[in-house]
Amino acid sequence: MKKLSKLLTMSAAGLMAMGAQAADLEIKITNLTQGVYFTPFIIAAHSDDANMYQVGMAASTELQAIAEGGDISGMSTLLTGISADIVENPAEGMLAPGASTETMLMSADTNTVLSLVSMLLPTNDGFVGLDSWSIPSEAGTYTMYLKAYDAGTEANDEIVNDGGAPGTPGIPKDPGMKNGTGAMGVTDMEETQVVHIHRGVIGDTDDMGGYSDLDSTAHRWLNPVAKITITVN
Amino acid sequence: MKNFQHKFSTAAILSLTLLLGACSDDDDDEEMMVEPELTPMPVNVSYEVSVTNLTYGQPMSPIGVALHSEGQLWMVGESASAELEQMAEGGDNSALLALSVVNASASGDAPFGPGATQTVTVTIEDTTDSKLSLVSMLVNTNDAFTGLNAIDLASLAAGDSWTGYAGVYDAGTEANSEMAGTIPGPIDGGTGFDAARDDVDFVAMHPGVVSMDDGLSTSVLTQAHRFDNPAVYITITRTE
Repeated sequence: MKKLSKLLTMSAAGLMAMGAQAADLEIKITNLTQGVYFTPFIIAAHSDDANMYQVGMAASTELQAIAEGGDISGMSTLLTGISADIVENPAEGMLAPGASTETMLMSADTNTVLSLVSMLLPTNDGFVGLDSWSIPSEAGTYTMYLKAYDAGTEANDEIVNDGGAPGTPGIPKDPGMKNGTGAMGVTDMEETQVVHIHRGVIGDTDDMGGYSDLDSTAHRWLNPVAKITITVN
Repeated sequence: MKNFQHKFSTAAILSLTLLLGACSDDDDDEEMMVEPELTPMPVNVSYEVSVTNLTYGQPMSPIGVALHSEGQLWMVGESASAELEQMAEGGDNSALLALSVVNASASGDAPFGPGATQTVTVTIEDTTDSKLSLVSMLVNTNDAFTGLNAIDLASLAAGDSWTGYAGVYDAGTEANSEMAGTIPGPIDGGTGFDAARDDVDFVAMHPGVVSMDDGLSTSVLTQAHRFDNPAVYITITRTE
């Protein structure tokens, strides 16, 4: 059904010779970090009046679920409701440091911008994102470098406790298993409650306590954290 | 004649052959048939490459510039070559510039400090569609480097410039211990290249140095050696 309605929309656009047009995209994402994992991505072409996130604005509960726990189901429902073209979990799991994933996306003519979000692990509410990139009508290969954001929804306590879902402090886990345990926590405050550039994690070298369960020599990063190459066919 | 490998020269030779009829590699034939003024002269294509060190406290090793037509000197996620490792751990770009894919190269003759600019010129004959790669180590680190990877110069006409910034990569070949004896730069004077690999063994963006001032008590680095991206400002000008 979904494909059928998309085809109908495409022919309508062809008849009306609109400026915007359906696009056939090949998308490659590379994790540029040395020690940070990306949870399953949600990638979508959608209308330009919607956003998965906006810097300087409070996160939606759907973004919060991704940034704190890597759960893309709520965002997927939201995007389906606005007829977005969606790719979920192209890496079929975590995208490890240095790893790349490739996927394809066909966008309907009304879905003129591309966005994506994935949580950074181990962080409290860090995510990598692309917000509303205008899909070019000109065929070609476009490369962008993506930054790490903080959803502004959870204190960056840097305590790894299998928690971290909305309403629960802490970091779910470090897939690379280089974390410590028993930290007292870096902070319990999250004063900037809007999406902002992540200030990075601090970590320490005490894996049996200290302030942070993160390792200052393994879990830090500098921007950019991801490279995305989009081929418009 | 068999040394000509570029399209321009090949085309010129083909025209000569057509005009003059049968031609062979035999020297006697060439003396009889080729008029000197028809021999195509090699045309130099030169690029002046300037790199400004934007860090506070990281001297950089002499920049290495390579022109090549294929390949990449590194790939994020892939294991570093031994040649890249030598440059990233010890600042020695000679093996990297000697790779067989490199058609022409140039190197700075000394390290250059924070705020300083180093300029080199690299020249190649008859080729205007080279890829340019550039490398330099941040010497007060274990294995951090900056550079450009296969920038396409085909659209750069004589007199044109390309400018850009580059961030810092981690070769992934040496753990970022920051410990005494492991850093070749002036803060330590320790070992540079060591063939042993005790890190993740893939190239990534660098996570930054931690330093003793930020809780890594075994580090010889201080707050002054921290850096952020970008680390260099680069200008490439095609001068001829």
